[in-house]
Amino acid sequence: MSADERYPSDLLYHPEHDWVRLDPDDPSLATFGITWYAQDSLGEIVFWDGPAVGAQVTKDGSYAELESVKAVSDVIAPLSGEVVEVNAALADDPATVNASPYGEGWLVRVRIADPGEREALLDATAYEELTG
Amino acid sequence: MSIAALRPTPLFDRHLAADARLVPFAGWEMPVQYAGVREEHLAVRQRAGVFDVSHMGELETRGPGAEAFLQRMLSNDASKIPVGGAQYSVLCREDGGVLDDLFTYRLGEDRFLTVTNAANHAQDLAWLRAHAERFEVELVDRLDELAMLAVQGPAARALLAPLLGAGEQLPGRFRTAELTVAGVPALVCGTGYTGEDGVELLCAPGEAPAVWDALVAAGVTPAGLAARDTLRLEACLHLYGNDLMESRGPIEAGLGWCCKEQTGFIGAEAIAATRAAGPREQLVPFAFAGPGIPRQGNPVIGGGEVTSGTLSPCLGVGVGMAYLPAERAAVGTEIEIDVRGTHRPAIVVEKPIYRPEGS
Repeated sequence: MSADERYPSDLLYHPEHDWVRLDPDDPSLATFGITWYAQDSLGEIVFWDGPAVGAQVTKDGSYAELESVKAVSDVIAPLSGEVVEVNAALADDPATVNASPYGEGWLVRVRIADPGEREALLDATAYEELTG
Repeated sequence: MSIAALRPTPLFDRHLAADARLVPFAGWEMPVQYAGVREEHLAVRQRAGVFDVSHMGELETRGPGAEAFLQRMLSNDASKIPVGGAQYSVLCREDGGVLDDLFTYRLGEDRFLTVTNAANHAQDLAWLRAHAERFEVELVDRLDELAMLAVQGPAARALLAPLLGAGEQLPGRFRTAELTVAGVPALVCGTGYTGEDGVELLCAPGEAPAVWDALVAAGVTPAGLAARDTLRLEACLHLYGNDLMESRGPIEAGLGWCCKEQTGFIGAEAIAATRAAGPREQLVPFAFAGPGIPRQGNPVIGGGEVTSGTLSPCLGVGVGMAYLPAERAAVGTEIEIDVRGTHRPAIVVEKPIYRPEGS
């Protein structure tokens, strides 16, 4: 897998191993997910406990849980806002997050509260350095 | 506090080559998974897997007083172990609290080999030595002399048999035999920790890689500690540190069957009293009625706690074991478990949680 497949350059990253994709047509709408590194560390994901539509998420706060057979992992919000959509496919097949962390394995879409918060996020190069 | 260097097992190179994920466990650097927990778990249920369990401790008790000594120390009736036999027991404090759970193999009339949990080995040895004075017995720490592999699954025996020396046969369940496996002298024991048929092999550390390679070449799947844990939990086999601890006794843990109080072992009086009065709490298996995964430490609503929990790879639901107040421990009782704030309905089920096909 190439570096760009592991850490696509068009995304923003949170050091707690989350990514953000800002909607090109509506930059106040963002999609969140976990990174290739996060899903690889966790192993096969067998349970997703996500937020409800309408839930408020706070940057750096936990908004969901992903569980492998052996471990529970909090999912950290990279930005603050209101959940407007939850990936319904994950309830039946949470391992989609392993198979496609940046595609079909996205977690939630969020209406961003404060566009300025994104300044604190990392680009792909900086995030990849962080994962060593 | 200084952090001691992790100890690699004799199979460390094999784990690296197999791209295993290695984790610290009781001071050892152990493979937690290779291809994936679920895949390895199912390989053991459907065919055969091999586990490196070289972190397990071994201690030999020998001398004319060996049987009498183990009778005093272990909960089960050591006099009932035939030469070439194996027996499960617990090691208890005076108050019945569980110090460890152990398999003991009788190698000869006056020679026994006891397998300890890695995290308890040093403490077990100290406890046994502290009580050995009155007995004509020698205690030998054999941890450094023995590697241990577990070969488990319905096809384990069939895949292992062609690796034996000419004319040799695998021992039956709870029996042992000194055999040659892939040209390596090994003590082969008809025991395991998965609920499946299979054996455990003890051999010299330097020769363990040859045995491992032969098993893998024969089609046995390398399996890690994570799969070992999910397999043992489905089989309702106790894990010391989760389901067994010094603060609870064997009756509470459902291990009264391996306690023979009339033998006068340390802890027998306390255990007899608990057995007579009935335990206040009992360790029972449960399964979730809906979504979610129970984890160690989750409280049970109304009293009790989860000591082991996982998603059962065979059943596809959250399962676990919990200590419950005795009046709510009957099979079929509906309970609720607090999983990080969410109350999840569960039901007390029969042991084992998963029963292998054909058993």
